[in-house]
Amino acid sequence: MKIKWALLTIVFTVITVLTGCEPLMVLDPKGPQAETQANDIMLSIGIMSFIVIVVFALLAFVLIKYRASKQSKDYEPPHMEGNVIVEAICVGIPVLIVAFLSFVSVQSNYKVEATPKGYEDKEPLVIYASSSNWKWHFSYPEEGIETVNYLNIPTDRPLEFKLYSYGPITSFWIPQLGGQKYAMSDMVNTLHLGADVPGEFMGRNANFSGKGFAENTFDVEAMPEAEFDEWVEEVKETAEPVTEEKFDELLEPGHLGRMTFTGTHLEFNPPPTGHNHGSSDSDEHSEDEHTEHQESSDSDEKETEHNNH
Amino acid sequence: MDYFDRFAIPHPSPVIYASMVAIGITVLAIIAGLTYFKKWGYLWREWLTTVDHKRIGIMYLISALLMLFRGGVDAIMLRAQLSVPENKLLDAQHYNEIFSTHGVVMILFMAMPFIIALMNFVVPLQIGARDVAFPRLNALSFWLFFMGAMLFNISFVVGGSPDAGWTSYFPLAGNEFSESVGTNYYMIAIQIAGIGTLMTGINFMTTILRMRAPGMTLMKMPMFTWSSLITNLIIVFAFPVLTVTLAMGTMDRLFGTNFFTTDNGGMDMLWANLFWVWGHPEVYILILPAFGIYSEVISTFARRNLYGYKSMVASMVAISFLSFLVWAHHFFTMGQGALTNSIFSITTMAIAVPTGVKIFNWLLTLWKGKIVITTPMLYSLLFIPLFTLGGVTGVMLGMSAADYQYHNTMFLVAHFHMVIIPGVIFAMLAGLTYYWPKMFGFMLNERIGKWAAWLIAIGTLVAFMPMFFSGLDGQARRMYTYSESTGFGIYNMISFIGALVLAVGFVLIVYNIYYSTRYASRDISSDPWDARSLEWATHTPVPEYNFAILPQVNSTEALWDAKKKGHVLFKGEYEKIHMPNNSGVPFIMGCIFFAWGFSFVFGMWIPLILTTIGIFACMALRSFEKDHGRYISVEEIEETETKLRGAN
Repeated sequence: MKIKWALLTIVFTVITVLTGCEPLMVLDPKGPQAETQANDIMLSIGIMSFIVIVVFALLAFVLIKYRASKQSKDYEPPHMEGNVIVEAICVGIPVLIVAFLSFVSVQSNYKVEATPKGYEDKEPLVIYASSSNWKWHFSYPEEGIETVNYLNIPTDRPLEFKLYSYGPITSFWIPQLGGQKYAMSDMVNTLHLGADVPGEFMGRNANFSGKGFAENTFDVEAMPEAEFDEWVEEVKETAEPVTEEKFDELLEPGHLGRMTFTGTHLEFNPPPTGHNHGSSDSDEHSEDEHTEHQESSDSDEKETEHNNH
Repeated sequence: MDYFDRFAIPHPSPVIYASMVAIGITVLAIIAGLTYFKKWGYLWREWLTTVDHKRIGIMYLISALLMLFRGGVDAIMLRAQLSVPENKLLDAQHYNEIFSTHGVVMILFMAMPFIIALMNFVVPLQIGARDVAFPRLNALSFWLFFMGAMLFNISFVVGGSPDAGWTSYFPLAGNEFSESVGTNYYMIAIQIAGIGTLMTGINFMTTILRMRAPGMTLMKMPMFTWSSLITNLIIVFAFPVLTVTLAMGTMDRLFGTNFFTTDNGGMDMLWANLFWVWGHPEVYILILPAFGIYSEVISTFARRNLYGYKSMVASMVAISFLSFLVWAHHFFTMGQGALTNSIFSITTMAIAVPTGVKIFNWLLTLWKGKIVITTPMLYSLLFIPLFTLGGVTGVMLGMSAADYQYHNTMFLVAHFHMVIIPGVIFAMLAGLTYYWPKMFGFMLNERIGKWAAWLIAIGTLVAFMPMFFSGLDGQARRMYTYSESTGFGIYNMISFIGALVLAVGFVLIVYNIYYSTRYASRDISSDPWDARSLEWATHTPVPEYNFAILPQVNSTEALWDAKKKGHVLFKGEYEKIHMPNNSGVPFIMGCIFFAWGFSFVFGMWIPLILTTIGIFACMALRSFEKDHGRYISVEEIEETETKLRGAN
């Protein structure tokens, strides 16, 4: 038995050492949404560790105390049916813990489904992020530019990603800025993010989408607003326009490097018309809701316009 | 030639050709062996046509163990591929096929038959019945499951395996993105096995509700029987959803309908919803019988009655109810909005309460007990801490805002392996070791058994704990490779080592079976563990009629009362016993279903129509067949009983 316990100890030591390594991406947030999530994660790890320790301690106690080898031969374990008070405690404490976590969970749900906290008074930057096998296309309709497989964003400004897919379900994920959301072909999802500090982050599709899934990543660079504007200007001066023909070529299955265009594919290849009504319910601020509806009706108009052509 | 192209493997490799040869040799060896030892008749009379719940249970068990090794080899290949960055062992296509089949095989063709094996063997004995309510239906259930599993398994040598994940989300699984027949196999093979499972559900609910021994009221049923009742109730409610979903998927792929396609009004989200409306209850279908096994094992080896019987039953009922209300937590990130996510977040975490009650009740059963650590008990004691780790991470995943970060990552993979392996697999191994003497008349070696248990427990920890970290570090699941700069290498290497330790543990179990078959003593009592419930009250080996006289029950632990309190189990005289006749129809129908499924997968319409007619012909035959069973005479019973009593 001693060898086995020694092995177990080694396992736990290795795990503890691993935790000590450089911060894990999700627990090293660079934006308000990711921070909310990281706080929830740390809080729940704390509470859950307490439960784990209690269960381990109880198990160790009964195993040490009530082993047959530690008892007299004629000891007969008693017949016990159960006890209302003991069982009420076993129900009551978990109920309290779950109630508390539910409270936190619901609160965070409304936080991550709205404009990031502290960013409410700033105008959001809307970016359409669409996936095709196995690439990401980022369209900046206000700026009139489009990129493939890389994403430049300003810091200290709310970001509103409109997600959809040309193909299988994918999931848009930048761990250090916030959790993921699905991009699907028959509806547009909205993901609210924000970056507090400049830096380079990993972004990827997290939802399995076939052969090229593993390499379905993109680079994210957050920069101060002035620098971002400079970049937009530069793109407008230097990049080629994205044409319908060119875009269809881009949609072909395969992998591409970083690409930059002026104009967006939204003009000739609009996003799906299905809207996610769920997420607009979640907006606490009626003002935001108002703008969001306005935006969506704007894009509806655009779409009908193009359909007419 | 074009016609035959579809049967070819789309992405052949030496490994696959080697397996083809291996399969061929194995089949030839089995045929040659059966012929040489003149065992064809024995095989047909005693096994292929049997309707005896004990033999059907053993056949389920053998299939489950075979599938465990198929799924295990898949797992080793997956971990080996990921063990170092930029590994070239498998390419993306192979990796995708392997993780898809690993999931399907382990859940549907390993865990399911394993629990059904134990249910088949134990439940009728535990309630003092002579067989299940519908013995021939039971045989048909088994053969449908078996043929479904075989059909699924030939996919990797004929036509290609499914490669869209075990969840097979559309539109990825649709014709546009999955051109090979792999996903057809998925739809049809699971459909056939699923019909079998649904019939098992109906059969066992009827058995438990109608065939209990005199005096055994519902609240005097042993805990494993209770868990089986609830499980079969969930099966009856959940499996029709799977049947319909798979039928819709099949029609999308083969008949051009648009349920889940991206255009013409199809809705890809519909598949995810329907799949998990079945898929989440399925998780509890697996875990509840496991809880039942732990309850039996812990109370036997703590030498105490199960603490909090009523709250154990209540918690299972609560779990079964909640299991249907949480499916959306599998896709919090689909964009349902904060309100929907909040509701599902709360129902999900609520399941922790009844589960916690069970953990505390087991701990309280150990309390004031007289704990003997045997192999089954060791599995149960290792289950408690490991399952707690898996369970609490489930609560973390239930927090929907945080789930945006866990979803689709290795964190999730770690979580469900940490609940399913300690929860279900440990229970099945505990149940296997515990009921082995009743099934085969000798005990498995305790020393080897304990080594295997420790290795499997340590292997589980080493293999899956690192995944919690790599998930939080941004490693998505189902990636066939990653670059060195990600820093995932170290975690995956540790995981691979853990997987190897697990493999050694499972090989030790096989060695134990071999070793014990050769050397274990055949001279054991009918109650070798000093247990408490009725399955141990009959002889070993169990006669085909189970009990010569039906037992009288007065509490949840009838045998214990008989041993300690002078309760008389068997009252009265022998009477002739009515037993069902063997029948070849279920096996033949299973074979026809196999041909039907194969034709369906490849869209061969004429064979499909012929086999469909064949299936209906078998059903019609059964409707008009007059089979009133047979009687075992009193003299025959007396003879068997004297012989078996002598053996003890």
